[in-house]
Amino acid sequence: MKVIEVENLTKKFGSFTAVDNISFSVEKGEIFGFLGANGAGKTTAMRMLCGLLSPTSGKGVVAGYDILHDSEKVKASIGYMSQKFALYEDLKVWENIRLYAGIYGVSEKETRERTQLLLAELGFEKERNSLVKSLPLGWRQKLAFSVSIFHNPSIVFLDEPTGGVDPVTRRQFWEMIYQASERGITVFVTTHYMDEAEYCNRVSIMVDGRIDALDSPASLRKEFGAADMDEVFRKLARKSKNNGL
Amino acid sequence: MNPVSKDNFTVTHALSCKNISRSYGKVKALGNISFDVEPGEIFGVIGPDGAGKSTLFRILTTLLLPDSGSASVEGFDVVSDYKKIRKIVGYMPGRFSLYQDLTVEENLRIFATLFNTTIEENYYLIKDIYSQIEPFKKRMAGALSGGMKQKLALSCALIHKPSILFLDEPTTGIDPVSRKELWEMLRKLKSQGITIIVSTPYMDEASLCDRIALIQNGEFLKIDTPKAIVESFGRRLISVKGDNMGLLLKRLREIPGVISCFAFGDSHHVTTERDGNSADSLTADSLRFALEKQGHTNIEITPVEANIEDCFMELIAR
Repeated sequence: MKVIEVENLTKKFGSFTAVDNISFSVEKGEIFGFLGANGAGKTTAMRMLCGLLSPTSGKGVVAGYDILHDSEKVKASIGYMSQKFALYEDLKVWENIRLYAGIYGVSEKETRERTQLLLAELGFEKERNSLVKSLPLGWRQKLAFSVSIFHNPSIVFLDEPTGGVDPVTRRQFWEMIYQASERGITVFVTTHYMDEAEYCNRVSIMVDGRIDALDSPASLRKEFGAADMDEVFRKLARKSKNNGL
Repeated sequence: MNPVSKDNFTVTHALSCKNISRSYGKVKALGNISFDVEPGEIFGVIGPDGAGKSTLFRILTTLLLPDSGSASVEGFDVVSDYKKIRKIVGYMPGRFSLYQDLTVEENLRIFATLFNTTIEENYYLIKDIYSQIEPFKKRMAGALSGGMKQKLALSCALIHKPSILFLDEPTTGIDPVSRKELWEMLRKLKSQGITIIVSTPYMDEASLCDRIALIQNGEFLKIDTPKAIVESFGRRLISVKGDNMGLLLKRLREIPGVISCFAFGDSHHVTTERDGNSADSLTADSLRFALEKQGHTNIEITPVEANIEDCFMELIAR
């Protein structure tokens, strides 16, 4: 079953084409890595898939809904977290959970029961009443991820979720991603850590608004004759006309 | 006042930091940090967000007072000689801090003028970096892409020809290719004699520094050359690949003698006692045997050398 289907999706800002005719699909439960250099068009593409930005042309269906005509239904069916903003720092841990659960329409009773369960799973029971700003970054990111999938979305978008996180927590975070994927949640993730690209089932690499490569990490390494994903990335990004500008 | 310790018996450090501590209310940001940086070195402060990197940089650039301890930059005390230090350091904060509503060229000119110099006078120093954004010099700084902002910020931090440059997370949020470019620029600046103190959460950048400090929870875990840190890794490290990497990770952790097991790109890194003599002591061979007995297929086992990330993970587990 396909959870994301994109055909010839394009976004132009004036004369600048940020996303240039991209087509791809993502299967249910897949961990899909969405890579590209700064300015390659990742954020613009992701905003369109989340129903936050209308495409200039082309078509996209996310979680069964058209991103142009049913963008509100798209928003209700997905989860989202980013490195920059995920939780309200001046709310307590349980208040953040309740807020997001409420926004996504999870009943109060279910929220109460599952909050206990979630905090136990994370080993955060003692932090239930702590303000989020008092938590270490790694804990915050783990909590933010749990909150982003609390309403059981069919797909979760993660925008650089592990930036600046310590190496142990970064790996624990990926183990949480695997668990979500085993539960059938599709994971769409961007990262600048090339070792994390290896943890994805498939990876796409954007260059100047296009998707220039899309395959499993092992196949991409083979295709580009590269030792690791870092080398694949460098070989592709070198083709860019923008040169990181 | 002349820099201290300029006699024949003591070496002048570019930077010297003794027992610096700093708290914000109840939160201890830095605890007893001591280290020296030699002239012309690239010194990396490496650790995750929240480890205390920015607090340290702000103290060393005289923007924040330490609670206790002392530090000097080019022989000048960070508290009593702060005005002198500000003239000789370049500082690029982690957050983009230029004037968004001024053009690229105007930003650079302001910094040059503030330090009583001109763009033309020190142009040679920023040429490699600035020439890449010069075609856009009439563009507002706020309208630049991330990579361009970084190049402008670095140009502004360099235009007064500082003797020591502080770069707080210059590569955060920057893609791997632009990161490499930035490090190449730093090597060039080093060759011009500028001392560079740089912080980063990316452990793979450690090897590009002459010496590094690994920082976590406000404390230095270790200070040394990247090579020496890697060589001092206290355990045996084994890389394991096979079918079904997810299950393999769980099973590896259950094998007696495995101290830790984490995913590292396309393989798992397993640590065991280096010279253990107990029955639990694992070697590459006994690990293979244990996995094959469990029915794992296509197992590839290779003893490997630790990288900085392995070392950091071992140090924080202690």
